[in-house]
Amino acid sequence: MNIDYLVEMANDIGNYFTSEPQREEAINGILNHIQRFWEDRMQKQIVDYLDEGGEELSPMVKEAVSRLKNSLVEAK
Amino acid sequence: MQSISDKDYGTPRVDSTTKVKVNIDGTSVEVPEGTSVIRAATQAGINIPKLCATDMLEPFGSCRLCLVEIEGVKGYPASCTTPVKQGMKITTQNGKLAKLRRDVMELYISDHPLDCLTCDANGHCELQDMAGVVGLRDVRYGYEGDNHLQLEKDESNPYFNFDPAKCIVCSRCVRACNEVQGTFALTIQSRGFESKVSASQDQSFMDSECVSCGACVQACPTATLSEKSISKLGQAEHSVVTTCAYCGVGCSFKAEIKGNTVVRMVPNKDGHANHGHSCVKGRFAFGYTTHKDRITKPMIRNSIKDPWKEVSWDEAINYAASEFKRIQSEHGVNSIGGITSSRCTNEETFLVQKLVRAAFGNNNVDTCARVCHSPTGYGLKQTLGESAGTQDFDSVMESDVIMIIGANPSEAHPVFASQMKRRIRQGAGLIVIDPRSIGMVKSPHINADFHLKLLPGTNVALITALAHVVVTENLISEDYIKERCEWDSYLKWKAFVSQERHSPEATVSTTGVPAELVRGAASLYGSANNGAIYYGLGVTEHSQGSTMVMGIANLAMATANLGRKGVGVNPLRGQNNVQGSCDMGSFPHEFAGYRHVSDDSVRAMFEEAWKVELKSRPGLRIPNMFEASLDGSFKGIYIQGEDIAQSDPDTKHVQAALEAMECIVVQDIFMNETANYAHVFLPGSTFLEKDGTFTNAERRISPVRKVMPPKCGYADWEVTCMLSNALGYAMNYTHPSEIMDEIARLTPTFTGVTYKKLDKLGSIQWPCNDKAPNGTPIMHEETFVRGKGKFLLTEYVPSHEKVNAKYPLILTTGRILSQYNVGSQTRRTANVAWHDEDIVEIHPNDAEERGVETGDWIGITSRSGETVLRATVTDLVQPGVVYTTFHFPESGANVVTSNHSDWATNCPEYKVTAVQVAKVTNPSDWQKRHQEFTSLQKELLGKRETVTE
Repeated sequence: MNIDYLVEMANDIGNYFTSEPQREEAINGILNHIQRFWEDRMQKQIVDYLDEGGEELSPMVKEAVSRLKNSLVEAK
Repeated sequence: MQSISDKDYGTPRVDSTTKVKVNIDGTSVEVPEGTSVIRAATQAGINIPKLCATDMLEPFGSCRLCLVEIEGVKGYPASCTTPVKQGMKITTQNGKLAKLRRDVMELYISDHPLDCLTCDANGHCELQDMAGVVGLRDVRYGYEGDNHLQLEKDESNPYFNFDPAKCIVCSRCVRACNEVQGTFALTIQSRGFESKVSASQDQSFMDSECVSCGACVQACPTATLSEKSISKLGQAEHSVVTTCAYCGVGCSFKAEIKGNTVVRMVPNKDGHANHGHSCVKGRFAFGYTTHKDRITKPMIRNSIKDPWKEVSWDEAINYAASEFKRIQSEHGVNSIGGITSSRCTNEETFLVQKLVRAAFGNNNVDTCARVCHSPTGYGLKQTLGESAGTQDFDSVMESDVIMIIGANPSEAHPVFASQMKRRIRQGAGLIVIDPRSIGMVKSPHINADFHLKLLPGTNVALITALAHVVVTENLISEDYIKERCEWDSYLKWKAFVSQERHSPEATVSTTGVPAELVRGAASLYGSANNGAIYYGLGVTEHSQGSTMVMGIANLAMATANLGRKGVGVNPLRGQNNVQGSCDMGSFPHEFAGYRHVSDDSVRAMFEEAWKVELKSRPGLRIPNMFEASLDGSFKGIYIQGEDIAQSDPDTKHVQAALEAMECIVVQDIFMNETANYAHVFLPGSTFLEKDGTFTNAERRISPVRKVMPPKCGYADWEVTCMLSNALGYAMNYTHPSEIMDEIARLTPTFTGVTYKKLDKLGSIQWPCNDKAPNGTPIMHEETFVRGKGKFLLTEYVPSHEKVNAKYPLILTTGRILSQYNVGSQTRRTANVAWHDEDIVEIHPNDAEERGVETGDWIGITSRSGETVLRATVTDLVQPGVVYTTFHFPESGANVVTSNHSDWATNCPEYKVTAVQVAKVTNPSDWQKRHQEFTSLQKELLGKRETVTE
């Protein structure tokens, strides 16, 4: 998929959680949302993008995608 | 003329627990206190003659036909305006009363044409009936004197005629327009003998303010106001109760039929959503069901550049199945998917999602709620625990303050708008939050207390500002919150909204709404005994749609406005079965009843019932499908009853995605825009051609009943079964009731729903189960579905769509009364008499700057594309905002809208697109290409190889 589209989606999720005072809660919120609503190829692609540097991802989203990667590895 | 099968009780039902006993003609009758004498008599089986009285309207007492004698009461009181009193002794028939009634009737008939045998109302005319009842045998006055018999007939309305020569000036039409519809378009002009019914300022019905709801036609006791269809076809022979296939109000109708022809649709007085009212679409615009454009034979083609070929059902189904199998074998199991329709029944949407999950073997199923109310499902589930509105429509009659946010009920949900107006006329406060001056802001006897005319895209800033006022001015209900909600989440939310940056004064630069208006509105809502919020797509179709839904729920919880009559959070659903299609598990991440596919126990239950292994990972949403198509990983789709090429945003993007697919199967009643990209066309059936159920905005499951055989031979659910069987997954239902039985077995909120119960109760609001065997009008009464209500933070995040020097205006889109959604139904009816093209509204200041006048063609350019529409200059929109509808494909309104979407659900941001407009003389390039493509497709359809039977 167009990676810009996925990056915008991920950052939009991240933006929602910016007002969450607990950073950990915010990151888990982003992670949980992606896990619950993103199809596998989208999850894989955003993880691949992070592996390539993930430049356009906001810091909290980067952290969430990093955890997503770990969960996908564990699932395997 | 009322429905041929209706009984009329003379005056409306009275709900009182106090009973009164009276004696009518020697019969003892007990009725609720406040009931009229005529209604009490009718309930006892005693019919008192009447003309101006009807149970849809308040008593009027003008015809003098329903006179009775009451022991101890002087004279002959009208039984319609006289309420019963304990111990009353009433006589309805005696020699004196008979003479009085006959004399009255004689006067009526002396000025009425005696053409009964050729009259439209013959056999169902109340005047004719009463003449018979009172025994009128001759008219002593003759017909030579002054009369009204030569008055000119008004045939201007496409659906009904007004023949003043037949009018008895009973005022039923005027009262129906006032009391039922609330438009106040009719009046009795002049006095005495000169009295006559007049539309607006003595104009034709078509030129008047009349909205063609049909209330006056239904109320008319003679043929004065009469459907043209009766004039053409004669009267129906029987009627069948069914549910309207237009908006989310879900009106109950009696389809009046002769043979297989629908003569007219009459709103059902016993309908729980509409109580006998209707709008121009449901009442009159059913002609599309028999339109010549209906495609009734299956067709296939290899490429969208090829002519279509009509084939047998077997060949079409087998071709579709083989293509889907081929694609999956070449590109993987996840390379295909399906879309369910909010215009189809619950049973049909349930089957399509079942087909995707069980026969396709993936979760790539989505529904058109993706592009309208998916944020409602998400936001209300997160905060309250259930993805649905909290009230029944009747709840509004106990509201003290009504807040309408981003909805346009008088255009998009007209029957509920009439009920809302009735409550406002009784004194309820009204707050409207909308960028436009919608009809609810100011109309006869309606003046909004506050109109917060915010800038499109700033909903969240405004709802948080309202919350700021409610909290800082201590309008919250802490006891309620302590008992009903998560206290910690409340404290966090309270701290968040209390921040000065969320005050009305701080947010005015964002929202454009003066602080004192925000404070006033918050105070009015926060202080109300019963405050109710109604919202629409102006809330959901934003990049922060879900946040806004959560903000609404927060506000309602904080003010204790949930869990009883008169309050609540109420999404007004766009299409008839949006709620139902969501309930039925049409979203890619959840099964029926909003349960996530990753829930092992739920999935195990479905696997056992369906005898197949199901996937535990979420599938693709519609916009994800487009992206996947463009990257080559999604190649085939089964689309039932949706027109994504017209309805979804960023049309060029959608078209490219469709063109990239190898097998598109469209099931529809017409060759819609999406079908132009299809390889298999499976003819669909209309709501008149099948059995099933629709679920409206108030969670009300209502029966849809077959009144004629499907024109293509099969109902939609049968076609899905055939496709599934061809794919190797058996579906062998013999009737939709069996599908509902399966839904009930697998869905906790539907366990008590059966067709038998629906027939008995008329309709059922889910949850319907052991705890609530007859359904649930009001949700969250004791506790919230999720247990404790959860407050969530609502940070305002501006849209990606930014205005700048190149695109200085914001385009927002909406609906109009006479047209429906993509217009494929209403464009094929006489409703085009009101609206035959999409128009752009532009404020006089913006128009003047650009030299634009009403009627000019203007180009609308956005970052996504350009289209050309005709302009109308109006201050209904504010400076800096332009507005249009999307009912006509050639308009290309969605060529302009962007690909941005709600962060949580991907619901498109239709309501905010940065644009520039300028006067032009030619159609846009897209429109030219669209015209060429459409012409080609019409040619390919026209050249189709046909099969003879």
